[in-house]
Amino acid sequence: MKPKVFLVDDHELFRKGVRAELGDAVDVVGEASEVDAAVEMILERRPDVVLLDVHMPDGGGRAVVQRVVPKAPEVRFLALSVSDAAEDVIGVIRAGARGYVTKTISGPELADAIRRVADGDVVFSRRLAGFVLDAFAASPGPSADPDLDQLTAREQEVLRLIARGYPYKAVARELTISARTVETHVSSVLHKLQLSNRHDLTRWANERRIV
Amino acid sequence: MSTETRPSLRRLRRSGTERILGGVCGGLARSLGIDPLVVRVAVVALTVAGGTGALLYVLAWLLLPADGTDRSLAHAAVRDRGTNLGEVLAIASIVLGVILLVRGTGIWFNDALVWPLLLAGVGLAVIWRQAGDDDRSSLLRVGDRLRRSDMTPDLRSRRAALARIAVGVLLVVSGVGAFLAANDAFSAVRQGVLASAAIVGGLALITGPFWVRMGRDLADERRQRIRSEERADMAAHLHDSVLQTLALIQRNADDPRAVVTMARRQERELRGWLFRNEVDQPGAETLAAALSRAGAEVEGLHGVTVDVVAVGDLPLDDRLRALVAAAREAMVNAAKWSGDRNVSVYAEVRDGEASVFVRDWGAGFDLDAVAPDRHGVRESIIDRMARHGGKAAVRTSPGEGTEVELRI
Repeated sequence: MKPKVFLVDDHELFRKGVRAELGDAVDVVGEASEVDAAVEMILERRPDVVLLDVHMPDGGGRAVVQRVVPKAPEVRFLALSVSDAAEDVIGVIRAGARGYVTKTISGPELADAIRRVADGDVVFSRRLAGFVLDAFAASPGPSADPDLDQLTAREQEVLRLIARGYPYKAVARELTISARTVETHVSSVLHKLQLSNRHDLTRWANERRIV
Repeated sequence: MSTETRPSLRRLRRSGTERILGGVCGGLARSLGIDPLVVRVAVVALTVAGGTGALLYVLAWLLLPADGTDRSLAHAAVRDRGTNLGEVLAIASIVLGVILLVRGTGIWFNDALVWPLLLAGVGLAVIWRQAGDDDRSSLLRVGDRLRRSDMTPDLRSRRAALARIAVGVLLVVSGVGAFLAANDAFSAVRQGVLASAAIVGGLALITGPFWVRMGRDLADERRQRIRSEERADMAAHLHDSVLQTLALIQRNADDPRAVVTMARRQERELRGWLFRNEVDQPGAETLAAALSRAGAEVEGLHGVTVDVVAVGDLPLDDRLRALVAAAREAMVNAAKWSGDRNVSVYAEVRDGEASVFVRDWGAGFDLDAVAPDRHGVRESIIDRMARHGGKAAVRTSPGEGTEVELRI
């Protein structure tokens, strides 16, 4: 079954481009160009995946995630942005998005990412993996919850390979684990990124605005 | 409109448009149907000839409502403070008592001077207070701005400003008074000078809000100018780079590779311009910045996409420069031979060790089959790294792409 996709982006040209690139791979059920309209329509149409622009007036993609998730937890978000600023990326992921890809991604790759998010998996771009490694490596300090505030050695290995440009399958082969296990590690990293309450995560992102 | 312009004393208002101080002359001129300049000249003449003009002006300012309102300042003052009437009376009684006491001790100029001065002073205070009420919020903003720009602390609030003016006027007046009292020869001029001093002080008090407002307007204008200069800067940049690139792209629309290269270069440049920061100075260059630049160069030369992700960073030294040069060579190789349009560069600084991975998913090759006379990989990558105390490893096999790992 084709996943139902909703587009949120304030640039009409870009929405058209995405629609054209995705073609028949997904079922686009609607699009919106501003936060309020997006929240309303998403709650009404209940798509599987919302493709979300990070940068928008009135609070951006983060605001959409924050307002939809409490009412419709089954809707999944994939952030799609031209911005590589860590602040934006980490912000929207921490709000609840299940992945982040840049707008330069190719059509088939994007369709694949959407399918994975729709299946409940997580999409880590190279850059996001780099951010996460950097963020969790930065100033360990005393942490409230060591389980959440640190990455396991295996998780770091997985992220490092992703950052080096390995697709999931190649990561699995390199580490001689199954692709499923790679997914599990990545999901757990995302979980930590969202739930970890270390303050330095936000501070780190703010310092890293320039990338 | 016709009722507004009809000459009639009943419609007497302080003018909102024809005003220099309180709009009294403008309003009066409108009511009388004559030029405001005539009224102004008359008031100034009355002021010079004995000071009555100024007193009348202040009185009119107090008693005439402004355009668009029905309450005069005096009316408003009484109304607004109506609940505190007792308080006001009490304070007035005390002040009166003190004045009478001072009068009794003999340190006194004379009745003809003190009482009008006192009355004018009270009137001015009321005006200040009422006019200030409207402007209170803006005055507070001005106060804030003064505080932020680290001006003299005395300028901080309206109250402080008022106190400063009052004390200043008092000092000037009493100083002149004392001087003249000590030099009896000047007693003839004493009253005239005192009257002038009182008027100058009064004017300073009355026009205080006006000067404050003017200062604020100037600051506003300055901010506007800075903003428009920024806009012009932005427009110039967009024109020089982005618009040129867009024009080039239109002209080369049938050459996708050229279009991609141009778009990518423009993107880099714009990003660099938008997110530029102080760290970007050439003197303080870092590993990540140098790698990004090397990637951008390779992109420009070979029409591929080089995506650099860096974790951690270090200031550039000779060994890291060698690392960057080797990485650049690896990027060039990937761009030239792999056939993959995307090259991933990952740099990591951990425990004092810097590693760079250059990955493509293109053709790959058989390392052992490389002819010994081909120097690219061996000399410019592996040997270079070895010379600087680093290591290089190439992992590749046909069809599986190539990864060059550099450590130092």
